[in-house]
Amino acid sequence: MSSVTEASPLTNSLTAGKLPRRSALWVLLASWAVSAAVFAMLYLSGAVDGFNIVGTVVFGTVLYCVAIYVLSRLVEGSRKAKDRLMTALVTAAFVIALLPLISIIYTTVVNGLPAFLTPTFFTSSQRNVVGAGGGVLHAVIGTLFVTGMATLISVPIGLLASIYLVEYGRGRLAKAITFFVDVMTGIPSIVAGLFAFALFALLFDDPGIRFGFGGAIALSVLMIPVVVRSSEEMLKLVPNELREAAFALGVPKWLTILKVVLPTSMAGIVTGVMLSIARVIGETAPLLIIAGFTASMNYDLFSERMMTLPVFVYTQYANQGADSQAFIDRAWAGALTLILIVMLLNGLARLIAYWFSPKLGR
Amino acid sequence: MTTAAATTIKARQRPGDRIFSSATVISGSLILAVLAAVAIFLLVESLPAFVAGPDDFNGDITNFWSYVGPLVFGTIYSAVLALLMAVPVAIGIALFISHFAPRKLAQSLGYLVDLLAAVPSVVFGLWGIGVLAPLVQPFYTTIVDWFGWFPPLAGPASGTGRTIFTVSIVLAVMILPIITAICREIFLQTPLLHEEAALALGATRWEMIRMAVLPFGLPGIISASMLGLGRALGETMAVAMVLSPSPEVIFQLLTAQNSNTIAANIALNFPEAHGVGVNILLATGLVLFVVTLLVNMLARVIINSRKAFSGAN
Repeated sequence: MSSVTEASPLTNSLTAGKLPRRSALWVLLASWAVSAAVFAMLYLSGAVDGFNIVGTVVFGTVLYCVAIYVLSRLVEGSRKAKDRLMTALVTAAFVIALLPLISIIYTTVVNGLPAFLTPTFFTSSQRNVVGAGGGVLHAVIGTLFVTGMATLISVPIGLLASIYLVEYGRGRLAKAITFFVDVMTGIPSIVAGLFAFALFALLFDDPGIRFGFGGAIALSVLMIPVVVRSSEEMLKLVPNELREAAFALGVPKWLTILKVVLPTSMAGIVTGVMLSIARVIGETAPLLIIAGFTASMNYDLFSERMMTLPVFVYTQYANQGADSQAFIDRAWAGALTLILIVMLLNGLARLIAYWFSPKLGR
Repeated sequence: MTTAAATTIKARQRPGDRIFSSATVISGSLILAVLAAVAIFLLVESLPAFVAGPDDFNGDITNFWSYVGPLVFGTIYSAVLALLMAVPVAIGIALFISHFAPRKLAQSLGYLVDLLAAVPSVVFGLWGIGVLAPLVQPFYTTIVDWFGWFPPLAGPASGTGRTIFTVSIVLAVMILPIITAICREIFLQTPLLHEEAALALGATRWEMIRMAVLPFGLPGIISASMLGLGRALGETMAVAMVLSPSPEVIFQLLTAQNSNTIAANIALNFPEAHGVGVNILLATGLVLFVVTLLVNMLARVIINSRKAFSGAN
C-alpha cells in the first residue's frame, strides 16, 4: 500500500497519505463480498444448511472494520485509522439498533396477518370461543374506552398544569412541580396499576376490584407527566411579543392565554397529546392489574372486568387452550393491530406537527 | 386617589383571571398530590404484608423480606446487565445522529430510533419468546461448553433460551431509545467553538469528539443511563413473558433457573392472588416504587445541575 505514496512523486503533497475518495464504500462492499463467498462455500460444501444472510452481513462488517483500520493505518497513519474505525463502529451501532425494529415489525406482520385477515376478527368477541376464530372487538372497544377516558382526565389537568408552569409559576411550587413531573415520567407502569388498585380497593372496600375506570386512572398517572412536558415545551415556544401585544391592548391575562397563546401553540400541543396516547395505549401491566381480562363485551367503564388490546395479546399467549396455535395466532394478530394503531398515532402526530407548525421566516 | 398613593399600579382583578389562575394552580398541585397518593395508598395497602407469617407464603419462606430479597436481586441484576449492553450502543447511535450522519437525514434517523420506543412492551415480550430466544439458544450452548468454568456462565444451558440474559437483551433494546434521545440532545449542546477549535488544531473527527463532545456530555450520559436504568427496573411484560423464573438468588446467566424481577412477579401472580397475597404483591410494588423513585430523582438532579451552564442557554 505504501508504494502508492512513494511511487507517484507528482501527487499533491496535501492529499498524499490519504485513501482515495469512496474507498471506505468499496472496502465495505469488498468485505461483504468476501464474507458472502465464504458463507456460500460453506453452504455448497454442505457444512451448514441454508445460506446465512445475517451471518454474511455481520461477519462482513467485522471484516470491514479490521480491513479499513489496517489499510488506513498503512496509508494515513494511526490517528486517521482510529477515526475511520470509530466511524465504522458508530455507524454499526446505529444499524444494530435498527435490526430489532425491523425484526419485530417483520415477524409481527408475518405471524399476525393470517388471523388478522379472518372476517370475524374485528366483528366478534372471544365469548364462547374455544378453538380458532373469534375476534378482538371486545378488546378494541375496551382499549378505546379506557384510553379515551384516560385522555379526558389527563389532557385538562396536564394542559392547565403546563400553563401554570409557563405563564404563572414562579418560586418553589413551580420548581417542585417541574422536578416531580420529570420524576413521574419514570414511574414503572405496573406501580401505577397497583396504585389504582390500592385506591379503589380501599374506597369501595372490595379486595378483588376490577373495572375499566380504574385502568383509566392508572393510565392517567402515566399520561399526565408526558402531556405536561410536551405542552410546556410548546407553550415556551410562543414568542413573548404576542403576549405583550395582547396586554398592551388591555386584554386580561386569562383571555390572552386562551385566545392568543393556546391557538398559537395548538398544533404542538395536539402532537404531544397524540404521542402521549400512543405511549399509554400499549401499556399492559396496569390494565392487567386493575381492568382485568374477560372474553365478553363490556361497554360500562364503571362495572365488571374490561378487556383491552395489550391484555388480550398477553392472555392469548399466557392462557393457551387445547388448540394452542389458534391462540398464538390471535396474540400476534392483536400485536399487529396494536402496532398499527401506535404507528398510525405517531405518524399522524408528526404530520400535524409538520403541517400546522408556524412556518419559519425566510 | 388610589393611583396617587400606590407605589405600583395594580391591574384590576377580574373574576375570569382569578378562576383561571387558581384552576392552573390546582392542576399543578394535583400532580404533586397524585405522587404523594401513590406512595400513601401503596403503603397503607401493603402494611399487612410486613407482618405476614410463614403461612402466607409458598415454600419455606418465613417473612416478607426473604420473599422480596431474590426479587430485588433479579430486578437489579437484569436491569444492570441491560444497561451495560445498551449504553455503549446508545452513545454510538447518539453520536451517529448528532455528528456523523448527513445533516438532512439526521432528524429522520432520530425518528426511526424513536419508533422503537413506540413498540408496546407486550409485543417485545412476544418477539423475545418467538424470535430472540430460539435465535440465541444455540449460542448459549456453545458459550456454556467453552466458558462454563467462569461461574456466571456455568451450565447447564437453558434449552429454551428463556434466561435472564435474553431478558437483558430485550430490556436493552427497550431502553435504547430513551438513552439515545437524551444523549443526542446533550451532544448537540456541545459549544460549537470547542468543536471548531479542536478541528482547527488538526484533530480528526473522533479526536474532536473525545476532546470536546464526550467530556462535555459526560454528566448527560450518566443521567441518561440512570433514566434508562429506571425504565429497565420497572419493565414488566417483556420480563414476565420471556423469563422462566424461580424464587431464589441465581447468578448464572444462561440456565433454565433465573431470579424473577419484582414487576414480572406481580404481573404473573396478581390475577390469581387473594387475601394477604394481594398485600404482599402490593408491598413488593412499593419496594419497586421507592427504588425507581430514588434512581429517577438522582438522575434528574444530575441533569438539572448541568442545565445551568450548558451551551444551550
